[in-house]
This record gives sequence, structure tokens and C-alpha cells, in this order.
Amino acid sequence: MTLGVEQIFLVPLLPLVAAAIGSLTPRRGRALAAGSAITAMAGALIVSCLALPGVLAETSAHQVANFDWFDLGAGAVRLGWVLDPLGLLMCLMVSFVGLLIFIFSLGYMHEDDNFTRFFCFLSLFASAMLGLLVANSLLLFFICWELVGLASYLLIGFWFHQPSAAAAAKKAFITTRIGDLGLLLGMVWLYHSTGTLLFYDHGHGVLESSALTALAAQTTIGGLAVSTAIGLLIFCGAVGKSGQFPLHVWLPDAMEGPTPVSALIHAATMVAAGVFLIARVFPLMSADLGVGNAPVHALTVVAFIGALTALMGACIAVAQNDIKRVLAFSTVSQLGYMMLALGVGSWVAAIFHLLTHAFFKALLFLGAGSVIHAAHHEQDIRRLGGLGAKMRLTFLTFVVGMMALAGVPFLFSGFWSKEAILHAAHDWNVSSLPLLMGLTGVGLTAFYMTRLVAETFRGQPRSDAAGHAHESPAVMTVPLLLLAVGSVLLGFLGTPAWPWLQSTLLGHEVERESLFAGGGLMMLSILLVAIGLGAGWALYLRRGRRSESAADPIAAAAPRTFAFLGARMKLDELYGATVIAAADALAALADFCDRRGWDGAVRFVAQLGVFTGLASRDTDEEGLNQGFNAVGERLRGAGRFYSRSQTGETHGYLLTVALAFVVIVVLVAIGGGR
Amino acid sequence: MNPLQLCLLASSGLFCIGLVAALARSNTILVLLGLELMLNAANLNFIAFWRYGHPGAPATGVIFVLFAIAVAAAEAAVGLALIIAISRHQRSIRLQEAVTLKG
Repeated sequence: MTLGVEQIFLVPLLPLVAAAIGSLTPRRGRALAAGSAITAMAGALIVSCLALPGVLAETSAHQVANFDWFDLGAGAVRLGWVLDPLGLLMCLMVSFVGLLIFIFSLGYMHEDDNFTRFFCFLSLFASAMLGLLVANSLLLFFICWELVGLASYLLIGFWFHQPSAAAAAKKAFITTRIGDLGLLLGMVWLYHSTGTLLFYDHGHGVLESSALTALAAQTTIGGLAVSTAIGLLIFCGAVGKSGQFPLHVWLPDAMEGPTPVSALIHAATMVAAGVFLIARVFPLMSADLGVGNAPVHALTVVAFIGALTALMGACIAVAQNDIKRVLAFSTVSQLGYMMLALGVGSWVAAIFHLLTHAFFKALLFLGAGSVIHAAHHEQDIRRLGGLGAKMRLTFLTFVVGMMALAGVPFLFSGFWSKEAILHAAHDWNVSSLPLLMGLTGVGLTAFYMTRLVAETFRGQPRSDAAGHAHESPAVMTVPLLLLAVGSVLLGFLGTPAWPWLQSTLLGHEVERESLFAGGGLMMLSILLVAIGLGAGWALYLRRGRRSESAADPIAAAAPRTFAFLGARMKLDELYGATVIAAADALAALADFCDRRGWDGAVRFVAQLGVFTGLASRDTDEEGLNQGFNAVGERLRGAGRFYSRSQTGETHGYLLTVALAFVVIVVLVAIGGGR
Repeated sequence: MNPLQLCLLASSGLFCIGLVAALARSNTILVLLGLELMLNAANLNFIAFWRYGHPGAPATGVIFVLFAIAVAAAEAAVGLALIIAISRHQRSIRLQEAVTLKG
């Protein structure tokens, strides 16, 4: 059985149903919530697999299923699903990695009281991400994109009783919102210019040649092509979501969430969304390349931002002491590489790296989760150490992930995807600066990952928690093993000798080359990796850390640089002094206006009301009431007067009746009987 | 003097006797007795006007009087019940003493 685009909505729908079930499950229904979440993810994976044959049969086509959402004036707002190699390969990755993370969470979150809620949020997160991958409309994409943001807020702040987690969740949400504003503006502009937001619509979509030609031909402020301006605005959204400089500050703080959430955010879902967005709208981003005398191309900005982020993330990661923060900055750095690949025009290399990175970064985060779980939530690598002997399986899989991330040659997937990016950067004819920054980052990556492994797993245990650690249960180690296998094998889908992934994504055959076609550049990057590993070995592995308080070798050599990097280049402080201070000043001004200006007016109106009320009361009591009281008093007097005739003496009444009878008889007699 | 006038004279006398009894006696039972006399004077008038009025009229006067006697019997029963209640309450059936309903 194969499924087509008409059924692809099942992929995001299944986890959404699981989230709904989870939200209705009471807290004690742990098995139901976890079971439905994992079943739904497995279902999404199966549906994606069933859709694969149809896509592979015709890799150059975009199958679409569009439908009207609602009528608006003369036209209708249309949404749709798209099925193409890019979206489907991402679906496979997200549902597979997500499934393993869900299973790992069974063990990691076992002791948490809010287990049910956790799985509900995880399912929502996965559903939003999968929806975004198969959306054929920028509007539908944006809806899912915001749902991803919401779910990440809920999950980062999952332990909201810790103030740091609540603050981190807020920071992630607000920081990405800044980027989303750009995306929203770009979307509105795009709709204004083309009248549709569908990506592919049989020749009328925004990513198809007629619309692109029109967009590239128009110019706007400063001689920019409209497509460039829209592309840059959309890129703002990707900068926020994918943690690019200068909006990367939320990503390290997102470590406050439970570790499976970090794995999900950093590997499969949230940060991948930004890279995927640029890959999806790549025809729009690159539409201005053919335009002469353009002041700047959208992709050039993407390339420089990416290269800068790659280098900066790698530098900061060197000086972090929290196991998860090192990995967080490595994510920032790797996302920079993906953006670099997109910027230099090789979106295929970016997606290749995104897929391999998803596997080894999920592996590293889950390995870190296993360590943290075993060491009673100790995350500081200065207080860990010596865990390699106690947690052999975690150690071995973590080393596989580290090798893949560091780009150790030939066997590991990270090497092949990173090579693809460096070669694309090498072929870029605009500037060689991004290539140099990328190469520097390669050496640094190998160095800081060696440091992390050495500090965590080798040497002597430097705290009681690390001393008493033991291996995690099978529900946690089996996902690690599967991810480790993926981290090795996935690389062989895209080597120069067998470029299956490139051919599939591009929709046409890519020329096969020798495995070592990289030549000099490949040798250079291998050399840099070797230098990084060697330096890490010399500084951290050869003589392990003796005690918790011993100084870091780099800190001993260059304390100021180390402290500067350790404080994340003081960027948070910079934002605190500029953006946040400006916001505070604005708030103070608004507060002043409120208290002194508006409040006075409101108080005046209130006093007016009080005065009217008082006057009304006086009129009532002194004027109107007196009249009514007088009438009442008169009525009472009359009643008192008439009641005197009621004597209660029956004889009196009878006499009255008799006299009245006599009077009537007399009157009748006088009247003559008429 | 024709028979009608005689009848009317008799009923007027009866009415006056009843009225005096109702106004002058202080025993409540006797007051009730006087009321019955006045009622019967009225009944006598009905019969007289029916008997000596338009000839050939249907038995309207008789039926009217029968109704009046039935109602008077019911009224006498209620009146006697009230008197018993008063006598239990006040240990007396003097009409002058039953004045608690004064305004």
C-alpha cells in the first residue's frame, strides 16, 4: 500500500490526536498518555514510509492537494499539503528521531508527577513540526510555526516552579517572536504582491517561475528587488527560530527544560524549522541572483550571518562548564553551518547536514540526559568525571556522537555533511571569508567536544553523585544505540561517490565523483579536526582534571578571554544594557503618563460621578421624598379617621342599616314611587 | 281592604317585631331569632304578591321562597356556630361584649 498527498495530512494529525487524548487524560493515566503519544509517532513514521515509494518514483515533482479554507471577498484563502522529497525526508527524520526521544522520555521522566502533561506537550510539539513540513501554504506553515513556538514555551517551562525555567521559557518565546514579526511582515507583503500564499499551485504558486520573475523584476526602497526584501523578512523568522546571531540568546537558556525536550528542540524539531523554511522558500530567496546591479542579495546576508553564528557558537562552547550548555552552543554553531550552506546556494548540503545533525545531536543530548539522570541532576562537568567505566554503553554511544559532530573522517556522518557545506562555501564566488570562518569552527568543534568527553567520562569522579552513578535502564540506552547506528550510516547516503540524497532532493541525477574528490580542502579540514582533537587530548585527556576547583588549562593561560567566552561574549549583558534598558525606559515613561496623565483624567471623571451621585441623593432625600412622605401621612390620617366608625358593636351596625332603610323608604315615598 | 293589603300589613308587623328584637335584645341568640322573623316577613311578601298579583303566572314566588328558606337555614347554622365559638371564647353570648373587631 502506498499513500499519496491526499493522505499526507495523517502525519501531523496522528500526534495531534495523541495530544488531545493526553490533554484529557487525568494525571494518573500515565500509560494511556505515553502509549497514545508513542503509538501516534510510530503511526506518523509508518505513514511517512508508505508515502516514500510514490515520492521516490518521481523526485522532481511536487504533489499538491490544495483546498479552500474560507471565502474572503471575491477570492478564497487557500491552504494545502505538499508532498516532495524535501518535506518527506524531513518527516521521516522528525518522526523517527522523535519516536526515539519519546521512548527515552519514558525512562527519563519516570519519576515526574506530571508525566501525562509532558507527553501531551511532546505530541503537540511533534504534530506542529510535522504539519509545518507538509504545509503547502506559507499561512499554514506560519500557523504550525507558531504552534511550535507555543509548544516549546510549554516544554522549556515544564518545570515552571523553578524561576529560571519560567524565565527561560519566556525568553525563548519573546526572542523568537521578534523574528516572527519579520516573517509575518514578509508573508503579508508576499500576499500583497502575488495574491496567494500557496507554495506550489500548478504554475500559480509563489515558488513557481511566473511569480518569482515578477517579484524579482520589481524594485522597492534602496533599489532592492521585492523578492530580496521579502526574503530578508522571512529570513528574520528563521534567525529567531534557528538561533542565529543576533537572536541566538534563547537557545542556551532553553536547557532549563527536561533533557528530552532539549534533544527534541535542538535536533529534530524547533531549530530545524528555520533551516527548513529557508530551504522550502529557496527559489524565492535565490530569485534575485539573476538581477544585475542589486545592492545586496538575500542569500549573501544568509551566508554571512550563518558563518558568523558558526564561528561564534564554537568559540563560546569552548568555555562552558555545563554539559548541556556546551551542546547548546554546538547546536548554535552547527545551525550556523546550515545557514552558511543555504547562503552559498547549496540547500541540499544544508538539509543533508540538518538530517545527520538531527541524529547525532539527539544522540548527544540523550546521552547527556542519561548522564544527568545517573548523576542525580548534576550537570556541571567540573563535578562529573570518571563516568566512562560506570556507564559503558552511554559512554560509547556518546563518543560516536562526538566523533560525528567533530567531523572525524570517513566513518561518521557529520564528516560527509560538513564536507559538503565546506565545498559549497569554497565554490561560492562572492567572498571567501565565510569559508575561513567555517574552517576555524571545524577545528574548534573537534576541540570542545574532546574537552566535553574528557571532562565528563575520564579522570576521577569529582563528586559523590558522579561516584555513585550507574548505567541507565534499557528504555534509555536502546534509543541511544539506534541513534548511534543512524549517526554512522546516514552519512553514506550523501557521499560524493554515491550522492543518493542530493539526487533525490534535487530531482535529477548528480554526477558521481571519487570518494576523495574533495582533494586539498578535504585534507585541510581533516588536518584541522586532527589539530582540534590533539589539542583537546593534550589539554584535557592526558592530564585529567584533579579536583572540582582546579583551573581550566585555557583559563590558566588566558583568564580574561576564557571569562569573556564563559559569559557568552557578554551578549546577554549587552542586550540587557540596550534593548531591555530601552524597553524599561519606555515602560517607565508609559507608567509616568499613566499615573500622572491618564490617571488624573480618570480620577476627574470619577469625582464628577461621585458629585452627581451626591447631588442626586440630596434631591431625592430633601425634595422628592418629602412629597411622598406627606402623601403617606395624609393617607394614614384618613385611615385613622375612618376606622373610628368601626366600633365592633353589632347593634350599632344594625341600627345604621335600619335607619338607612327608613331613609330610603321615606325618599321613595316622597319621590312618588317612581 | 283586599286580601293583598291584609297580607302586607301582617308582614309589615312581623318585620317590625323582628327589627325590634334584633335591635333591642342583647342575647345573641334572640338577635338571630329577630333576623329570622324579618326574613320570614319578606318571604310572606313574596307569596302574597305571587298569589294576588298577575293571574296565571308560574310558581315563581313559591320557588323563590323555598330558596330563601334553604339559604336562611344555612345562614342560621353558620350563625349558631359563630355564637357557640363566641361563647366558648368569651364565656358569654352578650352581643355588647363581642367588640374585638373594632377598628
